[in-house]
Amino acid sequence: MAKIAYYPGCSGQSTSVEYDLSTRAVCRELGLELVDLEDWSCCGSTPAHTVNHVLSAALSARNLALTEQLGMDLVTTPCPSCLSNLRTAAHKMEDADFRAKANALLDTPCTKQVTAQSVLQVIMEQVDPELIRAKVVKPLTGLKLACYYGCIMNRPPALMQFDNHEHPMVMDNLMTMLGAEVVPYPLKVECCGASFGVPRVDIVTKLAGKLLDAGRELDVDAFVTACPLCQMNLDMRQGQINSALQEKFRIPVFYYTQLLGYALGIDRKELGLKKLCVNPKPVFNKLKETAQAS
Amino acid sequence: MRIGVFICHCGSNIAGTVDCESVVEIAAGFPEVVYATDSMYTCSEPGQEGIITAIHEHNLDGVVVASCSPRMHEPTFRRAVERAGLNRYMFEMANIREHVSWIGKDKAHNTNKAADLVLMAVEKLRRNRPLVAKSFTTVKKVLVIGGGVAGIQAALDCADGGLDVVMVEREQSIGGKMAKLDKTFPTIDCSSCVLGPKMVDIAQHEKISLYACSEVESVSGYVGNFSVTIRRKATYVDWTTCTGCGLCTEKCPSKRSPDPFNEFLGTTTAINIPFPQAIPKKAAINPDTCMKLQKGKCGICAKVCPVGCIDYEQQDELVTVEVGAIVVATGYDLFDWHKYPQYGEGRYPDVITSLQYERLLSASGPTGGHIKRPSDGKEPKNVVFIQCVGSRDRSVDRPYCSGFCCMYTAKQAILTKDHIPDSQSFVFYMDIRAPGKGYDEFTRRAMEEYGAQYVRGRVAMIYPHGDQLIVRGADTLAGTQVEVPADLVVLATGVEASQGAVKLGETLRVVPDQFGFFVESHPKLKPVETNTAGVYLAGACQGPKDIPTSVGQGSAAAAKALGLLSKEQLESDPAVSKVNVNRCVGCQKCIDTCPFGAIKAVTDRMGRLKAEVIETVCQGCGICTVTCPQGAIQLEHFTDNQILAEVNALCPPKMNNVSFE
Repeated sequence: MAKIAYYPGCSGQSTSVEYDLSTRAVCRELGLELVDLEDWSCCGSTPAHTVNHVLSAALSARNLALTEQLGMDLVTTPCPSCLSNLRTAAHKMEDADFRAKANALLDTPCTKQVTAQSVLQVIMEQVDPELIRAKVVKPLTGLKLACYYGCIMNRPPALMQFDNHEHPMVMDNLMTMLGAEVVPYPLKVECCGASFGVPRVDIVTKLAGKLLDAGRELDVDAFVTACPLCQMNLDMRQGQINSALQEKFRIPVFYYTQLLGYALGIDRKELGLKKLCVNPKPVFNKLKETAQAS
Repeated sequence: MRIGVFICHCGSNIAGTVDCESVVEIAAGFPEVVYATDSMYTCSEPGQEGIITAIHEHNLDGVVVASCSPRMHEPTFRRAVERAGLNRYMFEMANIREHVSWIGKDKAHNTNKAADLVLMAVEKLRRNRPLVAKSFTTVKKVLVIGGGVAGIQAALDCADGGLDVVMVEREQSIGGKMAKLDKTFPTIDCSSCVLGPKMVDIAQHEKISLYACSEVESVSGYVGNFSVTIRRKATYVDWTTCTGCGLCTEKCPSKRSPDPFNEFLGTTTAINIPFPQAIPKKAAINPDTCMKLQKGKCGICAKVCPVGCIDYEQQDELVTVEVGAIVVATGYDLFDWHKYPQYGEGRYPDVITSLQYERLLSASGPTGGHIKRPSDGKEPKNVVFIQCVGSRDRSVDRPYCSGFCCMYTAKQAILTKDHIPDSQSFVFYMDIRAPGKGYDEFTRRAMEEYGAQYVRGRVAMIYPHGDQLIVRGADTLAGTQVEVPADLVVLATGVEASQGAVKLGETLRVVPDQFGFFVESHPKLKPVETNTAGVYLAGACQGPKDIPTSVGQGSAAAAKALGLLSKEQLESDPAVSKVNVNRCVGCQKCIDTCPFGAIKAVTDRMGRLKAEVIETVCQGCGICTVTCPQGAIQLEHFTDNQILAEVNALCPPKMNNVSFE
């Protein structure tokens, strides 16, 4: 079993606990052993780097140093925002002057090169696609999905170095592999409004409303996401969007790990499906109907 | 020897950072220098007269001028010393401008270095000897490579001037990019109406022979006497008998052949004539899609052809022609816009290139001149033009401006309104570049009379919405983001060097720049010449150019070829390699190494093998002289002794008892 350091991120402990749950379940099933960083800290999120780049890098570098102490050189996280901070820190620490400044803020300095990758990248690059295909017990046949990647998962491309930054395809390919029909969703990398949900919810209802509208136009059964903030804006705020825009959206929004876990036959409780705000039941009913029909 | 040294100020170009008077004083003490002076502009008429007077008054038999690069004025000064009665090779030049004054600011160091360079020139001159050029006859025939508008103009001008012309065109018809255009700016005159007659002239001119579907395979020889091998690609049609009746194209059942002339907007038949005005108007078979050639079944074209000119067994053919000069007019290619992921990478059929749009506008195009968008054939109402797609963008390694896209975009916006009166055009631009005659007025007309909305900013994203495309970009003048719903998006794809340019350049010994455009001999004063004598450039192969400029260059290149071949005989440069037969052991290493095939093996009276230089072919590169294990070949005017004398002048040997003489 491949051992990989795991950084869950703050949202994985709170708003996206189902993402963390399903990620762990899926990785276990696919033979990836996640080793939790002990005493990990917040990556600094958006507030840190808007105020101080050294502080922001130090916060993330602390977690890189923890990975180093485990004797590992790869850390994985499900959250694109955490990933962006971890990779930015690793990149900035390549500069000796900057590294000295950031390390001055840390008890244990970060000395070695540690790479951070998303769980999605690890699954796509380290797991044999044939293994995934072989393990599918409940294919997603008959399901029409829109894969929504959000704006930071692959960008800036020079930093993230994974998939196409304007037209990413890995989630599309993964869902297709599970049997689903993936629509050519045009707004894959559009912004959902991100953390503006707190100070300016009108921005989120406008932007996320557009995303839902584009999905509805393509007649999708559900959205698939890989980002806690995107998922929250589309799912939890769907009611707010509906009242702001006089709409009646009822489109379930999954984490890709939840649908992957479902297809792999993982117990539904381990996938945290109950945590979703828009009821995903119609999706599973449809899957059952298709399965029975065939 | 009595040497005179002339130090040029070049106004303040040299005198600004070199103490010319001091250089004169130092030079006066150099060996065999009997006269040294300085002048403001040595290349000017009084400057040259000064040299001539000094030669007479001081009885000089060698002259050194320290001024600019020999590439600039060596011919000027050689003529001057010749007028005074000296052999032109009894002259040396020290470059104290490009090599000294322009690149260094420290006056003391510069002055020292200038004096050193003058000493080198003096030491070389002391070992120079008079050389006499040989003359040779020329072939009064010109090869024009490329049958676009630049090549057509060059060919017609050469032929009208009395030279025989061979035109080689890679495609099935001449006409180039211009033949694909609907109308031309800024006069909106019909492109094929202006170009068509010139194409017919090419076909009918008794002095022009046209090789279409052909490529230059190799070139050997030298100015005045090139030998060119042309590959005539198999067309599977005997063009000597084909009448261009088109019966075969009507009956051909393989109708899904790609149509490059229509920029792949539609399909064509496997045997086809690309367009009604094609020259030569001959059919050719696309072997990739012909059922007879692919599967051995069909043969309908052979059955219907009234003159029996179909030949499925035809092979490529190599033809050799002798020419005196070569005009390169290979044109350009369009930038591959798929490198921009934000424009959809080809996922949206209604995002097309500007040249594809020309084919939609053209009456001979796939839609018969009605603007119908590719996805569903609907007439678009909102047309969005995006400029600078592959121009002025370092991120895709295209930092240069393609020059004419601003103009054709304005033209296309005007024509859109003409075709569809209730349409609206939007143009995303960076800056409007319209410096030609009547050009800026033209772009203003597009905006003011034809109501095209110009938005200054780049497009960040195109995405589908219903049956439209949403074009999102910045409006940098308003400082906002804009989203325009479009029925059709036209990309003003930039110009890049023709795909085969680098390979052809190697064949012709013409250097491409970092983007693949051929480098002219001098950016201002020799715009159509190359550094290979007898090879000239015309049109966009040298850099992006619009039609008037390409035509102008075509004529300019023709004038150069006519001027060159108007002389009955040309003089060869006597600075060529010479074999010392006493030292030559006949190993023939020089023959293998010579890139010009200028050395041949001969046997002397005793039957011994010796190398012999063909003086008119030798280019004086000197590779043979360093190859020869016996030191038996010396390059005249650049002998080992002359070069060592220059080195010794710069770094005098320390051991007194060693002589390099």
